[in-house]
Amino acid sequence: MSQSLRPYLSAVRASLAVALTLEDFASQTVERHNTPEVEVRTSAEALLNSMMISRNEHERVLIEPSINSVRVSISIKQADEIERILVHQFSRFLTGRAEAFYILRRKPIPGYDISFLITNSHTSTMLKHKLVDFIIEFMEEVDKEISEMKLFLNARARFVAEAYLTPFD
Amino acid sequence: MSQPTVLNLGHQPIADHSFSADHSLLAVACEDNVQLYNNDGKSFTPGIVLGDHDKSVTSIDISPSGRIVTCSQDRNALVWEPQADSSYKPTLVLLRINRAATFVRWSPDETKFAVGSGARAIAVCYFEEENDWWVSKHIKKPIRSTILSVTWHPNSVLIAAGSTDGHARVFSGYIKGVDQKPQPTIWGERLPFQTLCGDFVNHTGAWIHDVAFSPSGDSIAYCAHDSSITVVYPGGADRPPQAIYSVNTSFLPFKSLVWLSNNEIITAGHDCHPYIFSGNENGWEYTASIDDPADNTKEQSHENSALALFKQMDLKGSDQGLSTDYILKTIHQNTINTIRAFTHSGDKVTSVSTSGVDGKVVIFPL
Repeated sequence: MSQSLRPYLSAVRASLAVALTLEDFASQTVERHNTPEVEVRTSAEALLNSMMISRNEHERVLIEPSINSVRVSISIKQADEIERILVHQFSRFLTGRAEAFYILRRKPIPGYDISFLITNSHTSTMLKHKLVDFIIEFMEEVDKEISEMKLFLNARARFVAEAYLTPFD
Repeated sequence: MSQPTVLNLGHQPIADHSFSADHSLLAVACEDNVQLYNNDGKSFTPGIVLGDHDKSVTSIDISPSGRIVTCSQDRNALVWEPQADSSYKPTLVLLRINRAATFVRWSPDETKFAVGSGARAIAVCYFEEENDWWVSKHIKKPIRSTILSVTWHPNSVLIAAGSTDGHARVFSGYIKGVDQKPQPTIWGERLPFQTLCGDFVNHTGAWIHDVAFSPSGDSIAYCAHDSSITVVYPGGADRPPQAIYSVNTSFLPFKSLVWLSNNEIITAGHDCHPYIFSGNENGWEYTASIDDPADNTKEQSHENSALALFKQMDLKGSDQGLSTDYILKTIHQNTINTIRAFTHSGDKVTSVSTSGVDGKVVIFPL
């Protein structure tokens, strides 16, 4: 783990642990509804200040807490065009399977690559500290995954180019 | 100190629990139902299920004589009268609220109960003999947001309520024809219905999760979402409070609190184990924690369910017992929602019961 990644992840971990103090809270504006306040944003007093933790201008996490839900949005590092395409494909792959992920939001919020929506029903059916671990692990893994894919893609491109250009040798 | 008693009541989150006065009955609010457990002194056996609500039951309270009141996010409250054949007869309460009911508590003299709601109102309910039903009067005036908790003064007239607008307020719940004229207290002398006797705001404006009157009734304490507890000593009617002590902590927010005596408060919440604060009119401080994970080095007995075992085999490909790294070193494995006094000796509380999101009810001796 690089020098700056550890404090970044520990800051995210501490902020998430605090933000995940959720409770069951029925809507104050709509009768017989119980909706994530961070998404509907109808009662200002049920929302808390959002926190942004950034490692550099490309990598940042936005945590938007409310009384019964937390939205965590992650911006993944994209240094060049290939990484941009890879991140786009990767987040598309995940969001297409959002039901299987429970806490994944189907659409990331603008400016971020992937968003999680954790509600009080998630924190009551799953272990809170394991949810935090999952997000941290995801953030650790996703960088590794993208750079691995990039290496693989480069290696394959080289091989393909070589094979294609052999007849002209 | 003897060991805490742990009751594993399934995996559903427990919103609230209540023991009857003689501890023979435990009522637990589990999703849409209320499950009753009978205690024969040795073990708790599941009894009948009270299932007339059609949304999550948010709060439950058993009166000293055994009547149960429940309230739910379906906007209703029900009073369950025990019948001769040990069943319960539900009576719908005319709450007249149009949002979720969030919290309910009987008054100490059992003639009334108060229901907090998301409709920015507290419904004070009393029994109307001639119509044979429970009717309510609303306290509406300065409330701006959902009521998260209500509590009664020992004189059964004053009500304290905490809400998401960050205010802890003390109201008069005096109802003509039901209540005797109350003795003047430090909160005020003339107390017509809906009189605001005190309004305290947390310095960060955080949500007030729970409020409680001290056993003497002369001060209130509340816990807020900024992980603080605050104790207020009022200065008399229409005068500023004599003292307000706020204890800020670095723990996760507290959800519930109970006075152990006039000088001690126990509180619990998202940190999954209780904390004790003590003090008096000259100041308050954090003194001890119970079931602290830091001193809890012994191996916790964990659940050996078949499901967990197969999960382990499926995910990790091992049947070498279960890994224990996901188990917290506290008894409760998730947020504690409610803490209540369990036994008293004199005017001191000697044990408390807690219930949490992990589906456990635990009785902690103190």
